[in-house]
Amino acid sequence: MLQDKDRIFTNIYGIHDKSLKGAMARGHWSGTAGFIKNGRDWVIEQTKASGLRGRGGAGFPTGLKWSFMPKEVGERPHYLVINADESEPGTCKDRDIMRHDPHTLIEGCLIAGFAMGAHACYIYVRGEYMREREALEAAINECYEAKLLGKNNKNGWDYDIYVHHGAGAYICGEETALLESLEGKKGQPRLKPPFPANVGLYGCPTTVNNVESVAVVPTILRRGADWFASFGRDNNRGTKLFCVSGHVNRPCTVEEEMSIPFRELIDKHCGGVRGGSDNLLAVIPGGSSVRLVPAEQIIDCPMDFDSLMALQSGLGTAAVIVMDKSTDIIRAIARLSAFYKHESCGQCTPCREGTGWMWRVMERMVEGRAQKREIDMLFDVTKQIEGHTICALGDAAAWPIQGLINHFRPEMEARIDSYTYRSDKDGAVLEAAE
Amino acid sequence: MSVRRLAEDSVQPASFAFNRSNAAWAKKKLKDYPKGREASAVIPLLMRAQEQDGWVTKAAIEHVAEMLDMPLIRVLEVATFYTQFQLAPVGKRAHIQVCGTTPCMLRGAEDLIKVCKKKISPNPFEVTEDGNLSWEEVECQGACVNAPMVMIFKDSYEDLTAEQMEEIIDKFAAGKGDEVMPGPQIDRIYSAPEGGLTSLTGKPVVAKKSAAKKAPAKAAAKKAAPATKAKPAAKIAGNIGKASAKPKAAPKAKAEDKGKPPAMRKPAKPDDLKLISGVGPKLEGVLNGLGIYKFEQISKWKKAEREWVDGYLKFKGRIDRDDWVKQAKALAKGGEEEYIRVFGKKPR
Repeated sequence: MLQDKDRIFTNIYGIHDKSLKGAMARGHWSGTAGFIKNGRDWVIEQTKASGLRGRGGAGFPTGLKWSFMPKEVGERPHYLVINADESEPGTCKDRDIMRHDPHTLIEGCLIAGFAMGAHACYIYVRGEYMREREALEAAINECYEAKLLGKNNKNGWDYDIYVHHGAGAYICGEETALLESLEGKKGQPRLKPPFPANVGLYGCPTTVNNVESVAVVPTILRRGADWFASFGRDNNRGTKLFCVSGHVNRPCTVEEEMSIPFRELIDKHCGGVRGGSDNLLAVIPGGSSVRLVPAEQIIDCPMDFDSLMALQSGLGTAAVIVMDKSTDIIRAIARLSAFYKHESCGQCTPCREGTGWMWRVMERMVEGRAQKREIDMLFDVTKQIEGHTICALGDAAAWPIQGLINHFRPEMEARIDSYTYRSDKDGAVLEAAE
Repeated sequence: MSVRRLAEDSVQPASFAFNRSNAAWAKKKLKDYPKGREASAVIPLLMRAQEQDGWVTKAAIEHVAEMLDMPLIRVLEVATFYTQFQLAPVGKRAHIQVCGTTPCMLRGAEDLIKVCKKKISPNPFEVTEDGNLSWEEVECQGACVNAPMVMIFKDSYEDLTAEQMEEIIDKFAAGKGDEVMPGPQIDRIYSAPEGGLTSLTGKPVVAKKSAAKKAPAKAAAKKAAPATKAKPAAKIAGNIGKASAKPKAAPKAKAEDKGKPPAMRKPAKPDDLKLISGVGPKLEGVLNGLGIYKFEQISKWKKAEREWVDGYLKFKGRIDRDDWVKQAKALAKGGEEEYIRVFGKKPR
């Protein structure tokens, strides 16, 4: 188990002083000017050496992403954009960073911006996080007053941070949709290439990073890449905020070591699965967009990118949704289908039409009002949506259903059987007698 | 995707203008974006218009298009694409947004929706006859470890049961929504596990590179752990308004306590702090927990103290808006009569 001395977000629950002074007392903003003096390449090298992989879901190495930015700043300015549009069902880690430990993020923005030659940074906060936005803006103002940001600041790198916000569109968590939204348009993803590192915000080189990826960087530089790399398994290094929701006794957000076994995570911090670990049915380990994993496979699985990938699921945002045996698993997934139908941006036909179609079929599957062959047809349709859209929302809508069919097909068939049985003459009599 | 249309012309007001403070804010906001890229501000501006009027009117869309020099259709697109914009009037006192996505559903969001259907209207977006309440089911609001939850305007109310939902609706219907403390409605600190911390129990540790120094610091942190555990517990109690909360003068967080108003022992005859407009029974309990029992104490608060209490209560400036200090001064001086003389109305 991770010890308190190795936790990066020391005020994630907001029990200590949130102000700049309090953050400095906890060690933030110390030696920042020194990191900037060490130069751009040093920052990128350290980040690469720490093995930090992006915390927004895809797990792309952060240092590598930064190195894609043009080496020299040409006519077009460089931008850093922070993706704080945290909308993935199950995920609420960035919320706590912004409202309780905002200085980790702000310092990270400065360092990351420096590493890519950017003098301006936009933080795109989801529209629903109004109090979180206020807290973040207050913290940024403190930094301006203390001359840690702005022109000719103490850190030696002119830097401005602007807080922007969305208005309730899940799709704006996709980086190019976020850029479109930031430019004042509908959030519809762009085709890649060109990648944002070449043509991003306002047509300028841009890197979009998740809040947590950027917020951990200052501490990595302070304590050394080796320190960060000493946690977790190879290729899955560092610490991570886990958000455990659903059927556990005490749901919570907690910073833990990567590769912590599922059982340990749940037992140590969440008081175990409701009704004991025998009562576990399935887990969605990385936010709604990954495939679910049945109990016997997840229970001793290390929670990291590669192990979960091997189970055909993923770590995603480390939003662990736990479901016990009282769950109607078909309904739980059907509700996710409704979510994706609601959030599809409508740009690509397979997704726009497919999400609605899948949802309607899933609603029938919940009742059992379907034919068994339709399960195969549903699976086939998910395969036709997956990979045939501009962004990954189509995939994200298809995967939960694929996971359900892969692992709980007997359950779905039983539901259909019981519906058919009820419609028999005898069955009808049975129901009328109730 | 969701298909949304503007409200009928019969409910649309003829014109829209930002009030003075919002107009000043908008002017400043435009400077956040590079020259010629002012269109970026369309979402923040529409949101501010919604905050001002309660919903996004056609006139507001036209006004914003003009302000940003954008074609009207582009602003219309944005207003209909983003589902947080209310395109028709919603409840004035509360528009309850119940999160219904799977993590909340697993922990009982459907019961909350039933309560809304029963108490407000069988259908979402239907405003009650008095125009005060409405509800809708929304997709994930990003507070999943505090499920189930609802959002009312800017604040979220978390870890709810159906009974609490009913109480909250009643409070808002009566115009006393301020009395409900936002955040978790059970015994926990924000997103920390219910009933006590499992991590970050000791003093905050300062990150240092040298490994040698870490060991003693850790030992100290361990020693301090039992002593400081009382602190978060006290904070929770304060959070849910238990009068028993006695925030001990914790030695560790000096900086945090700057501006903390001086406390007193419970006097034989504490004042009825509820007379101050803006203080309900819950808040009175919290204030008592801070050792505040008399109007005199509140009347002496300086700016730093007001800010501290405001921050402690997560109040977003209500103390100043309601001018507690002036109210408390009047009440301390001559009780109810003086209050009526100064404010021209009875204290609540």
